[in-house]
Amino acid sequence: MIRIVKVVVFMVCLVPLGVLAWRFFGAHPTDISTWGVGLGANPVEALEHGTGDWTLRFLLITLAITPLRKLLHVPALIKFRRMLGLFAFFYGCLHFTTYLWVDKFFNVHEILADIVKRKYITVGFTAFVLLVPLAVTSTAGWIRRLGGKRWQALHRLIYVSAIAGVIHYLWLVKADIHKPLEYGAILAALLAYRVVVWQRRSSAARSAAVPTLPRKIALQ
Amino acid sequence: MLIKSSDDVRSSEITPREVYLDRRKFLAGIGLTAVAAAGLATKELFSPSAKANADDKIAGLQKSPFSTTEKITPVNDVTHYNNYYEFSTEKEEPAKLAKNFKTRPWSLTVDGAVPKKLKWDIDEVMKFASPEERIYRHRCVEGWSIVVPWIGFSLSEVIKRAQPLGKTKFVEFTSINDPGQMPGQRQRILDWPYTEGLRMDEAMHPLTLLCFGMYGENLANQDGAPLRLIVPWKYGFKSAKAIVKISFTDRQPNTTWNEANPHDFGFYSNVNPNVDRYHSQAHEHRLGEFLPRPTLMFNGYDQVAGMYSGMDLARNY
Repeated sequence: MIRIVKVVVFMVCLVPLGVLAWRFFGAHPTDISTWGVGLGANPVEALEHGTGDWTLRFLLITLAITPLRKLLHVPALIKFRRMLGLFAFFYGCLHFTTYLWVDKFFNVHEILADIVKRKYITVGFTAFVLLVPLAVTSTAGWIRRLGGKRWQALHRLIYVSAIAGVIHYLWLVKADIHKPLEYGAILAALLAYRVVVWQRRSSAARSAAVPTLPRKIALQ
Repeated sequence: MLIKSSDDVRSSEITPREVYLDRRKFLAGIGLTAVAAAGLATKELFSPSAKANADDKIAGLQKSPFSTTEKITPVNDVTHYNNYYEFSTEKEEPAKLAKNFKTRPWSLTVDGAVPKKLKWDIDEVMKFASPEERIYRHRCVEGWSIVVPWIGFSLSEVIKRAQPLGKTKFVEFTSINDPGQMPGQRQRILDWPYTEGLRMDEAMHPLTLLCFGMYGENLANQDGAPLRLIVPWKYGFKSAKAIVKISFTDRQPNTTWNEANPHDFGFYSNVNPNVDRYHSQAHEHRLGEFLPRPTLMFNGYDQVAGMYSGMDLARNY
């Protein structure tokens, strides 16, 4: 059963790419001159924004797994976290490729200047690079090699990556910050959940260290 | 110098209306919404089906020696990809939201350092000189560019009639403030009304166009109807839309984008591939082309260089 659900989720995660590709190749995929036309007047921008949006969305969906499985009491959700995280990386790769290829056409000089000088690109590039070790160590083998604790500590980098991703968006818009703030608000809620959990856990641990205080009360 | 001709835009260079309407129909057919996974709207994935402007042809157009022979951008792109924050910050929205924008009656006020304050009706202004078609390159600070057959005449024709006083150093342009008609103005994303400014010599330069038409017709509402400025050697935001007032002054006017973000958007904002403001400005994407192309100094309008001789353009960006 879970394998079927996984296949379905996998296919759904490819839908945004499918829609972008469908629009890119248009009604006449064999006619190169019509490529990109379906993406509107500026296909380069549409591809960049489309892949960037979905990178952020998959980061947020991945970060929502832990709160959702706890709050909804669906522990099985954990089985999808790695796939969703890898999809965030996948769309991040597409986003970065679009920038390198379609936008800058591999103009190394300009790309390096961008990464150093344009702070929104610096922070976006950082967000992407931080996802690389997470994608590499996403296998069961790496969890074993690193040990659960260290693996978990490493994978907390996703918090930094998601924050950097939202700042990237916030800094690149000219004046209208509504959409980056929407992402920011959702991210803030997902991170706040973790802060609350950590605080409770540490106060519970402190209380547990004091033998006179009944553990039951402290946990409430 | 101007060659009189009744020719309109070369029709061979414009996408036929049927073709782009077909394209829109195809896109509308995609209407699937199974991608709501993130809970965030996916509306930007879908394109609108709005039709372009009304068919009101402008007669007696003169050709201009300032026109480029580069390939003209399809009218559908120029009317469905608009930075017009008075309506929306989404580029495909102004085509829909500006549909019923009222461009008549419309008056142009002239005040400041002039012998007497003036108020002209738009139809009167449009007769100050014979309309010219000027095919200009237009470069946005966001890094895209278009080639548009604008219609109008040099702004100097209006300035001459206003007879600004000797102390005048700058011209300020004020766009309409009408939140009732312009939904974007109900949010303070920018400090409305939109204002722009030029130095007097820039405003008097023959390239500076007071524009009321495009592609042989009146301006589309989403492109700044009924009256806008076109300053082809500056980034697009300097070319104010839906202008209601021109003021002459001896002080450099405040301009909307400069006030919103002085670091990125300077008063001059001349197209300059060597000065990176907001983005790297070395290259641009011409709409309809796949590969980026190098951006030219002053957007290729070298004849304006003399106005800035001796100025440090990295500082006065």
